[in-house]
Amino acid sequence: MMRNQRPLTQHPAAPFAETEIENIEILLLLQAIYKRWGYDFRDYAPASFKRRIQRILGIEKVATVSALQERLLRDVSLMQRFINQVTVSVTSMYRDPTFYKAFRNIAIPLLKLRPALRIWIAGCASGEEVYSLAILLREEGLFDRASIYVTDINQAALDTARNGIYPLEKMQEYTGNYQAAGGKAEFSEYYQAGHGSVVMRADLSKNIIWAQHNLVIDASFNEFDLLLCRNVLIYFNTRLQARVHHLIYDSLVNDGVLVLGRNESLQLTPHESCFQALDSYEKIYRRVR
Amino acid sequence: MTHPRLIVIGTSLGGMDALRVLFGMLPANLPAALAIVIHRNKVETGHLLPMLNRLCKLPVTFPSDKEIIKQGCVYIAPPDYHLLIEDGHFAFSVDEQVNNARPSIDVLFESAADAGGADVTGIVLTGMGHDGARGLAAIKRCGGSALVQSPGEAAASSMPLAVLAAVPGVRVCTLEEMGAWFSRMTSPVAIKDLQ
Repeated sequence: MMRNQRPLTQHPAAPFAETEIENIEILLLLQAIYKRWGYDFRDYAPASFKRRIQRILGIEKVATVSALQERLLRDVSLMQRFINQVTVSVTSMYRDPTFYKAFRNIAIPLLKLRPALRIWIAGCASGEEVYSLAILLREEGLFDRASIYVTDINQAALDTARNGIYPLEKMQEYTGNYQAAGGKAEFSEYYQAGHGSVVMRADLSKNIIWAQHNLVIDASFNEFDLLLCRNVLIYFNTRLQARVHHLIYDSLVNDGVLVLGRNESLQLTPHESCFQALDSYEKIYRRVR
Repeated sequence: MTHPRLIVIGTSLGGMDALRVLFGMLPANLPAALAIVIHRNKVETGHLLPMLNRLCKLPVTFPSDKEIIKQGCVYIAPPDYHLLIEDGHFAFSVDEQVNNARPSIDVLFESAADAGGADVTGIVLTGMGHDGARGLAAIKRCGGSALVQSPGEAAASSMPLAVLAAVPGVRVCTLEEMGAWFSRMTSPVAIKDLQ
């Protein structure tokens, strides 16, 4: 956006200007990355994206965004690290336990009516919620008829998810989440504990197909009975959200179930009227047309 | 800048009691929106909003992603998400904790400073730790107003003391004085002399 030219003496003084300058630098960085590498972050939500950039400045020990841009244009290995850092997401087993409980009560009975289940987990991050769902489906007798497609833009996260190795110290918290989510067994039955870490049981991933997929540019690749896209859209601006909502709509069978993150919603999206809320607090929807 | 004047508040230990007092003094015609981070348990019990709504004349809600910020509304950061301000609306992230907290006061305050500049007032109330100090400094630096509860009055003084160390020129107030400050916001001539 162009600002009307005004005398240089009337521009804001140094401290505040620093914030404005960084915003200009980020705008330019996003264009540079798009032109040089084809990755398009221009429609990411600016506030959280800025924090991630600032974090990368610290990790890479670079003083300004402009200096980062200069290096990113030339250094492919830095660009690879940048992609992994800027698209990294954090999650946990049974994040928002009440969601999993509601999902068990509301969505599972509908899914049980289907002879086969195609499931897409879009934006799996480090995979904790993939195993959470796999365990839940197993306990409900649905796992054997499910094919679960798990995708993320971030290859490093996808590798972590596929490996299914998590810190042992987290298991106490996760066990609490599992119980609060309505788990029917002992959570420790689902992993093997080693030195400082646990490995999720191999049979939990036997019906899972792992693949890199970028919601920003890639197309729909199948029709699914269940699509989970939790806490992914919050990182996009409303324009990109509209695009992804279209992709989501295209990827669901009629009567298919959609799950969004707790603070996300279908309100004011292009396909709002095509969905019925099964639980408007936990953001569980059914495609009705 | 398209959103109304914004007051951002951060608190942890002792915060519910402090908010109870502050809410009691909020004028019904407050010409601003409030966004509040309270450190607390990850799992939402469902009691918080009904309780806060009983204490407050203004409507208290959890905002949704990209929800437009409206004058006269009180917004509470929902558990286990960072709440951020963008141009005229809310945004969220599930990035790692900041200062061992999610929601983090610094994350809310720094994004508010960035989006709102001089139209933002930041307030740090009672609490343990130092979350909010860095964010309040950012608000001040970007031309906004910075208030902190007097450490002597605060149930837990470490958060206010961290602010005093990090934010030169911060206004130290009792809750009573903050209430008077809110009331004066409603009079049309007052805004400048509150800075």
